[in-house]
Amino acid sequence: MQVTTTVNGTEVTADVEPRELLVHYLRDTLGLTGTHWGCDTSNCGICVVLLDGVPAKSCTVLAAMTEGHEVRTVEGLADGATLDPVQQGFMEEHGLQCGFCTPGMMLTARALLDRNPHPDEHEIREAISGQICRCTGYATIVRAIQWAAAHPAGNGATGATTSAEATA
Amino acid sequence: MTTVQERPGNPSATAADRPIGFGRIQRKEDPRFVRGKGRYVDDLVLPGMLHGAMLRSPLAHARLVSIDTTEALAHPKVLAVITGKDLEGLNLAWAPTLSADVMAVLVTDKVRFQGQEVAFVVAEDRYAARDALELIDVEYEELPPVIDARRALDPGTAVIRDDIEGRTDNHIFDWEAGDAAETDAVFARADVVVSQEVVYPRVHPAPMETCGAVADYDAVDGKLTLYETTQAPHAHRTLYAMVAGIPEHKIRVVSPDIGGGFGNKVGIYPGYICAVVGSIVTGRPVKWVEDRSENLMSTSFARDYIMRGEVAATREGKILAVRTKVLADHGAFNATAQPTKYPAGFFSIFTGSYDLQAAHCSVTGVYTNKAPGGVAYACSFRVTEAVYLVERMVDVLAAELHMDPVELRLKNFIRPEQFPYPNKTGWEYDSGNYEPTMRLAMEMAGYDDLRREQTEKRARGELMGIGVSFFTETVGAGPRKHMDIVGLGMADGAEVRVHPTGKAVVRLSVQTQGQGHETTFAQILAEELGIPPEDIDVVHGDTDQTPFGLGTYGSRSTPVSGGAVALAARKVREKARAIAAAMLETRPEDLEWEKGRWFVKGDPSVGKTIAEIALGAHGTVALPEGIDGNLDAEVTYDPPNLTFPFGAYICVVDIDPGTGKVTVRRFIAVDDCGTRINPMIIEGQVHGGLTDGVGMALMEFIGFDEQGNNLGGSFMDYLIPTAMEVPDWETGHTVTPSPHHPIGAKGIGESATVGSPPAVVNAVVDALSPFGVRHMDMPCTPARVWEAMQGRATPPI
Repeated sequence: MQVTTTVNGTEVTADVEPRELLVHYLRDTLGLTGTHWGCDTSNCGICVVLLDGVPAKSCTVLAAMTEGHEVRTVEGLADGATLDPVQQGFMEEHGLQCGFCTPGMMLTARALLDRNPHPDEHEIREAISGQICRCTGYATIVRAIQWAAAHPAGNGATGATTSAEATA
Repeated sequence: MTTVQERPGNPSATAADRPIGFGRIQRKEDPRFVRGKGRYVDDLVLPGMLHGAMLRSPLAHARLVSIDTTEALAHPKVLAVITGKDLEGLNLAWAPTLSADVMAVLVTDKVRFQGQEVAFVVAEDRYAARDALELIDVEYEELPPVIDARRALDPGTAVIRDDIEGRTDNHIFDWEAGDAAETDAVFARADVVVSQEVVYPRVHPAPMETCGAVADYDAVDGKLTLYETTQAPHAHRTLYAMVAGIPEHKIRVVSPDIGGGFGNKVGIYPGYICAVVGSIVTGRPVKWVEDRSENLMSTSFARDYIMRGEVAATREGKILAVRTKVLADHGAFNATAQPTKYPAGFFSIFTGSYDLQAAHCSVTGVYTNKAPGGVAYACSFRVTEAVYLVERMVDVLAAELHMDPVELRLKNFIRPEQFPYPNKTGWEYDSGNYEPTMRLAMEMAGYDDLRREQTEKRARGELMGIGVSFFTETVGAGPRKHMDIVGLGMADGAEVRVHPTGKAVVRLSVQTQGQGHETTFAQILAEELGIPPEDIDVVHGDTDQTPFGLGTYGSRSTPVSGGAVALAARKVREKARAIAAAMLETRPEDLEWEKGRWFVKGDPSVGKTIAEIALGAHGTVALPEGIDGNLDAEVTYDPPNLTFPFGAYICVVDIDPGTGKVTVRRFIAVDDCGTRINPMIIEGQVHGGLTDGVGMALMEFIGFDEQGNNLGGSFMDYLIPTAMEVPDWETGHTVTPSPHHPIGAKGIGESATVGSPPAVVNAVVDALSPFGVRHMDMPCTPARVWEAMQGRATPPI
């Protein structure tokens, strides 16, 4: 069947199997491998994307269900070479180690800050409580999101070590 | 106090004011990760790539009667179905483990644990491969499973490993350390002896990225490229060459970005081998990535030690001796990843941080119908079990003596002047100064105030617990003369090249899984050569591009490869001195080094920077005799001893008396890992380990029912802490460098995983002491805590 979805601001139409999960559609069909997969039971939240601006576990959504909806993935967080403050915050505060849960965590953080620009620590922890990080122990993720809240315009840096990397 | 002032943290520092060398800098790998541009195994797409899926046994112990693959092969998208019989024809049905045993790749005779690999399907896409699994018809004849390790050696018990000729029971090994007679003598004359069975249950590393591989066999040039989730790419390449008969130079193992390892990605799994066979059979690349249940049910578990601990002491609280007998459940195949001569890993470090007169431990390993594995989950080769036992037992002793657990520890610490300290089981602790570390943790916690608060709360019937642990690890294996894995000495290589423009590349044999090697190792080179970290590329995880070495586990990378990088850099520095002398028309001995530059003694204005020297080396400078035209060096570092990081942890818990739910309110961790390279990365390593510890102490656990069904086979049952279950960690540090390590670093990757479980359990037991509780086994779930409060034995795990 055909499905038309807006992915990171661009309308995309593709053939999907009716049973195809959104996470596989994003990764295998669209090549957006920044969205990862971590469990079979919707427990780990590794695969979180924004569906119409709301965090959703893309392993629990069929690609077909996104017909007419908007999906935002980690690849749609930065504005060209300029990183989202959330992305900068994760680098500033060591909010990531292996990087596997990071895309989902950052998207949840973005959604949280969009609806609550000044969350307290408990609100941040609650927002990311559907997602597991095995590396960081969460404290630095909390700090990363606090950094982003304190720097809504970022710090002006691209966070890239080279300009080539920024556009890669 | 051995604390040192660190360079101020300034994460926004520009290149100009960033430290060149050690200090807090942002990670070099982060820009790709925050953009979703990490390169993990499952992200790889090769032209013509097929997908594999594994059929697994639903039974724990059963004879294989027949497998019918006809229907699966008829599926229009299926290209191959591989069974144990097919592998037998290739002599690949069995593969050697990392512990001198063999394991079934695909079952040929009988299945020995639930989730064991039975058949492998190769299909056009991942959905079709899964569909085809449903079309394979397998007939089993059920056998009685052996699940309880305590009964595994009972007469008449089913023999799990009847594949091994002459095998009549489920016994694997007996191993001991220390002097039994001397220890028994000390126990016989001690005032006080405490004894307690302490179980460290089976848990799982469960990295967020499961295990997987993409095998790409090129039949024309006979070269296999294998992209794998592996922490040890070089060891894997050598093992594949030994097992599969593919010459080693025709195997390239690539370990790209790894989504967490924690020991889970040290071993070779049947799925990897089947992907290789699938690629050879079909002539196309084959990807295999396991799902979460496969990961939890079949890949390397951790712990599963049943320990009877005993401590002998004087009435005044001087600990004299410790001894223990351990029953180790190794599952169906002995596949622990550990140095060959150490079947119980480094468990004999169970003497802890204390000055003892005697110690003895004995460990018996047994087979059961459970998944194989055994050393994983940031355990430092069983140091986790050892530290948990001794730190739990010291608290049991403190309760017996009615002493404060901190006071008891302070009374028994090895004193700073006793280092290097030979313990009673054969280790030589390199350096330590324990009391300042313990005191700093007490100060940060406000220990006396916490005890006062606890007294007040107890009077009101509230349950508050304060748990303490003080750990000493032994990490950074080799030396190679004592330590090998399947005959490969535990050393690691590093190769440094300074390019003509003064930028550099360092190639490593170890492989990061999130620890930040691209940053840490650049910083080591920066410290030694004065080249800024951003001008240094770190290459790792590709056997065609890096020197040989055994890989990243057991907190080895900084102690072993860190030493290799530092020594290689020093070779480069000496070479640079000779070239600088030629350029300055002076003698090498007349030059003095400052970071990044050789200059003339007494005339600092005359000198050459490392970049100028690099250009000279590659340019037209007349080189001194015996110096060739580059600034390169390679070192394989064989550590003279292990390193012994240590730390003091204090955990504060509150328990809901109505439900038994434990809340970790505060956790104070003071670590001493010797020289600190990047404090931000160190803190991150500690935070992660503390979370592991809280998880194991309170919720993580792989259980089995009597039929051998795995009760922790998904994240619905295997519970991992979220942000709601852990506090904001409070960390501190002291610095006691390793005297034998080139930069004094000891390793930090596993310290917190090792040190935190006893602190949490000690806190829970402390909170429950008004109920007469002196011990409870992990995980301290609400139901089990509530049972303990009722004075009942905790339900079995």
